[in-house]
Amino acid sequence: MTQHGENETPADEARVEARIDGGKLTLTISGDWLLASQPPGREALLAMIREAGDVHEVGFSCDRLGRWDAALLVPLQALQEAVQQAGVQLDDDGLPEGARRLLRLAATVRERSDVRRVREHDNIIVRIGNATLEALAAGRELARFMGELSFSAGRLVTGRAVFERRDLLLFLEQTGANALPIVSLIAFLTGVIFAFVGVMQLQRFGAGIYVADLVAIGMVREMAAIMTGIILAGRSGAAFAAQLGTMKINEEIDALRTLGISPMDYLVLPRAIALVLMMPLLTIYAALLGLVGGAVVSITMLDISLVQYLAQARSAVGLNSVFAGLLKALVYGVMIAISGCQQGLACGGSAMAVGQATTSAVVMSVLLIVISASALTVIYTVFGI
Amino acid sequence: MNDEGTAHIEVRDLALAYGDRVVQEGLNFSIARGEVFIIMGGSGCGKSSLMKAMTGLLRPSAGDVWYEGQPYWAGDEQQRQEIRQRCGVLFQSGALWSSLTLAENVALPMRHRTRLSEAQIEELCAWRLALVGLRGFEDYYPNELSGGMRKRAGLARAMALDPEILYFDEPSAGLDPVSARLLDDLILELSASLGTTIVVVTHDLASIFAIAGRALYLDAGSRTQLALGEPAALREHCEHAAVRAFLSREATVPADAGETG
Repeated sequence: MTQHGENETPADEARVEARIDGGKLTLTISGDWLLASQPPGREALLAMIREAGDVHEVGFSCDRLGRWDAALLVPLQALQEAVQQAGVQLDDDGLPEGARRLLRLAATVRERSDVRRVREHDNIIVRIGNATLEALAAGRELARFMGELSFSAGRLVTGRAVFERRDLLLFLEQTGANALPIVSLIAFLTGVIFAFVGVMQLQRFGAGIYVADLVAIGMVREMAAIMTGIILAGRSGAAFAAQLGTMKINEEIDALRTLGISPMDYLVLPRAIALVLMMPLLTIYAALLGLVGGAVVSITMLDISLVQYLAQARSAVGLNSVFAGLLKALVYGVMIAISGCQQGLACGGSAMAVGQATTSAVVMSVLLIVISASALTVIYTVFGI
Repeated sequence: MNDEGTAHIEVRDLALAYGDRVVQEGLNFSIARGEVFIIMGGSGCGKSSLMKAMTGLLRPSAGDVWYEGQPYWAGDEQQRQEIRQRCGVLFQSGALWSSLTLAENVALPMRHRTRLSEAQIEELCAWRLALVGLRGFEDYYPNELSGGMRKRAGLARAMALDPEILYFDEPSAGLDPVSARLLDDLILELSASLGTTIVVVTHDLASIFAIAGRALYLDAGSRTQLALGEPAALREHCEHAAVRAFLSREATVPADAGETG
């Protein structure tokens, strides 16, 4: 700490010797006390105090002390505290000037008794209990968020919600247009896989033409919406959580609140609108590309023409199937917006917390998508849609 | 151990630019071992960029920074690494790693750059946090602390490797006058007892007069250094009206410091 430059010379061995003289303990410190050379630690010095027994003063002699750094100060600090606790006087005149000043500096701020934390290790039951309580709290938080979003949507309808039109356009572009390449690829391949599996099975019964029905119904009613939903959960849901989480850490959200602008209206609403508008559009697009993928497989593997394929597909899906698919897409869009924005706004205060918020946003989106997919399928079946 | 004649840090013909936009050029000064040196100037004059060039974060467009006769930017990566290890930097808002506790923040440089044992590292963390007045806060996370405490924790981390040179970026920014004053005192105390060379970037006049040995004034208009010397002397006798105005907090824009683009 004090000495600089390249220390080419080997270090002299660090030593400390105790001498008691009329009730005064003098510690003679010599050699080089450098971290690199492992000098005597705090235990060695504290042991000397204990061995010395009854003394009324502790002093130092550092005439033969060479180079030193924090390796000297750490044990001296421990010694200083022990000596003061025992009510023995400490005479630091013998220490080098720099060491004396640093020790005094470290001692100026006393440790407040309520500061230090005890690390607690809970047993398994306590941990399960805490996890349950946290899950319940998260559920309540989600419900509260949905409620607030409904109010916010109400303000949107009555035209009292404040947000930037520019933001909305940006989010429409980011969630919609920018997602086209990945949606194209996934939807096309899903159609191809559907058709391939269908061809393999249906050909055995000479019912190859029904591949068109399989692909059309599968894509339009279920897969287009689900695949698009999962893609947008990973793309936009995660992005929203990270954006809002970072804004929370930077106190940008508090800044909006103090201005009387609702973060719900200003930040969540444009994102939710973008997702709710773009999910159905992307789903229609995905369904069409899925049909194209199916057509490519059917035409190459079966002895049918494009016209036959299209006619067959057209007869398989009615308007109700299209609406069934679009409604699902809309619901998934809401789910993704809720998960992404809620996790972002509930983000903690560290860089790690932003990562966790992003992860939870995606996991929660996918979970909610699957749950609502099942629920809607049951409802459709009951009502015969 | 080293001859006092060579400067600890020497900046020669340094120019800083972002793309085509020149921020500062023709910078020449040297800093002696153990000196408390201030880089001052108005907002946007390039003082933080200068510090970045000195700490290895921004490659200058011309010139070099010499550490004990060794050029930083002209050296290879290993030499640069060696020089960087001798410097500690306190960033403006502390720049503590938010997902680590204070003790872990201070321990990280020691874990990766020294061969100390875990027990030694733990003791050293406690010692360094005690030095900056944060005894007992080892297990706290940065977002649980006030701005002043975060800054002091950042200082403990900057000192983790026993640097010969400590850089401070706007140490008093965001602190109340009392906390700023305490931090200034701490800087002076560390410089006096450790012999550390200290370079401070600031526009805070109270700090400048309290801690500076010498101060360098960077001018935004002429994009170069205007004056170098003791702040009190510069305030009274500097030939440039801009420097006198800056140091005496006058609002007039002197003729020789106008925005020349």
